[in-house]
Amino acid sequence: MPLLQIEGLTHYFGGLRAVHRFHTRIEPGEIRGLIGPNGAGKTTIFNLTTGVYRPSEGRIVFEGRDITGKRPHEISRLGIARTFQNLRLWVNLTALDNIKIAFYAQIRYGLAGAFFGLRGRRHEEERIEAEARRLMRLLDIEQYADVVVSALPYGIQRKVEIARALATRPKLLLLDEPTAGMSPAEMMDTMEVIRKLHDELNLTIWLIEHRMKFVMSLCQHIQVLDFGEIIAEGPPDAIRNHPRVIKAYLGEMVEA
Amino acid sequence: MKGRWARFRRWFQGIPVASWLLGGLAAATVERLVGLVVAYTLGLSGIPSFFGLSLILANPAQIPAVLVYLLVMYALPVYLVARATAAWTARLVTRMSTRTYVFVHVVLLFLVVYFWGELDSYRLLVLRLLAISIILTTSLNLVNGWMGEFSVAVAGFMSVGAYVSSIVMVWGFVDDDVFGPAVFPPTLASLAFPFALGLGGMAAAITALAVAIPSFRTRGDYLAIITLAYVFIVKSAVENMEFIGGPRGFMNQPNVAGFPVVFIWTALALWVIYNYTSSTLGKATSAVRDNESAAEAMTVDTRKVKVVAFLTHAFWSGVAGGLYAHVIGYINPSSFGIVKSAEVLAMLYLGGLSSITGSVLGAVLFQMLSEILRPLQLAKWLVIPVVLIVVMIFRPRGLLGFREMRFPFLQPRPTEEVGYAPASD
Repeated sequence: MPLLQIEGLTHYFGGLRAVHRFHTRIEPGEIRGLIGPNGAGKTTIFNLTTGVYRPSEGRIVFEGRDITGKRPHEISRLGIARTFQNLRLWVNLTALDNIKIAFYAQIRYGLAGAFFGLRGRRHEEERIEAEARRLMRLLDIEQYADVVVSALPYGIQRKVEIARALATRPKLLLLDEPTAGMSPAEMMDTMEVIRKLHDELNLTIWLIEHRMKFVMSLCQHIQVLDFGEIIAEGPPDAIRNHPRVIKAYLGEMVEA
Repeated sequence: MKGRWARFRRWFQGIPVASWLLGGLAAATVERLVGLVVAYTLGLSGIPSFFGLSLILANPAQIPAVLVYLLVMYALPVYLVARATAAWTARLVTRMSTRTYVFVHVVLLFLVVYFWGELDSYRLLVLRLLAISIILTTSLNLVNGWMGEFSVAVAGFMSVGAYVSSIVMVWGFVDDDVFGPAVFPPTLASLAFPFALGLGGMAAAITALAVAIPSFRTRGDYLAIITLAYVFIVKSAVENMEFIGGPRGFMNQPNVAGFPVVFIWTALALWVIYNYTSSTLGKATSAVRDNESAAEAMTVDTRKVKVVAFLTHAFWSGVAGGLYAHVIGYINPSSFGIVKSAEVLAMLYLGGLSSITGSVLGAVLFQMLSEILRPLQLAKWLVIPVVLIVVMIFRPRGLLGFREMRFPFLQPRPTEEVGYAPASD
């Protein structure tokens, strides 16, 4: 059974067709790439998958369960976590709190526990904190735990966002341009991090990227999107030399 | 200048909060024993109610006398006792568990304030109103601070709480023209009061639900507009209910809200709100404020989080309204107009958002300021806004916005983290 299966996904913003008959089938353990020029509809596909928008047409099935039209917090509870293209951290909170809050659905004390500090709450808070710190160690950012995130360097903020997504215990992790705005050195570092998450946590990863080198070396299977439609898909080598991909990225060659 | 400041600080270094409280207790005792004599000797007309500032404003010639009074009555006893007991309390305090530590300090604070306030019924009245303001400000902070929305409904919630608890108490424990003879023996009034307050709070929370459901589907200014409407709706609804006096107001509330009662409710409100905002579940409220779509994507049920914060605010505002009704012994619809909301908002933004100590500080400063400036009469409402504007210019996030006050140089013992790291401003 595929982890995520999307069929006939179409979405309109008013009269604009942003996504047209998109389909995919992601198997457990895969690192899948989604590339395409600006405005091709890549982020819209992520937003549809995570429930931010309700698709105009199509079906999204996660672990055999139809999740089309579910609300974002319900979808994230089922095991799809994401990061955002433009960071969306909770900027007034510390890095540790950012990660702890993502344990929300796993917290075992209820509102009564929160208001009256009943027994079990302290224990549960300690458990969450320990797990959050473990995730921070995994990404090598534990020394920033008590810093308010708006004061952190950009690269560290990216990692906090990944750690936060991991805290929801995802089976599928959606990374929306994880290297946007990064230097080549930071990019290599991020690549290592993603490999590590894939290998150590056995995580299935679906990522949007602009940098060819990054996608080509990480993904086994890539889909290319242009004007909301799939124009090519296959292993990296097939994509690299695909005429329609070259055309979409570089424009058409004019015969002299 | 910096060196002088450091020396000044050294005088206060290493004196635990408990010692200052013991000093306060000593000062209150001294004032109780010889306050009146000293005041007469200095040519004052009586014990100054609030540190003599209103005396100064009324008659500047009294400045020296007031200063001497403050020095002899408060500064000296407080400092000497605090210094003398510092070593002893420091040793005691470090051996306490956090729970006993907090308990001991709350009890000491209660004794100091009660002992000091009981000397003068006017003091006691102002202190109770102050405690009510603290409940209102802190609970409003949940919505306007932690949740980052803008609600002005606090006066409406107070009104609902005040009327509901008053009706219950008057119907049950007072021989009244409208509600008939007391149903239960009036001696039980004090025991029933917590339930009446709880009912008032719950009634406020239920009406809040009607506001919450439509306004939390979207973000933006809707909540401000809807809550503004709410305040006016509650006011005119009450004005048109003849059985509770309509615009003439409602009185005869039994005298059950003494200072200890109000103090306990305030401590309870602060404790509950602190618990919530320091739990991970409660911190999700701040996540909704900082980025709602990210919160949703991270499994947070944002609608539930918002409703819980708003209803908690409504509940405690209702309780505060009930306390207010029984402290004053009379309420009318216009005591809970938009001006009341504006006052609480001013306290909140003065103290700072997302901070419990900030809310307490804001309420204390605002209430004290408005008591102290009372002799200025109408001009008071020129001075207070100017103070607020100055604060907003120099500290746009309020005095303690997004952080909690700590007492590092007073306390030899590291306090527990309260939730926010030092803000980046």
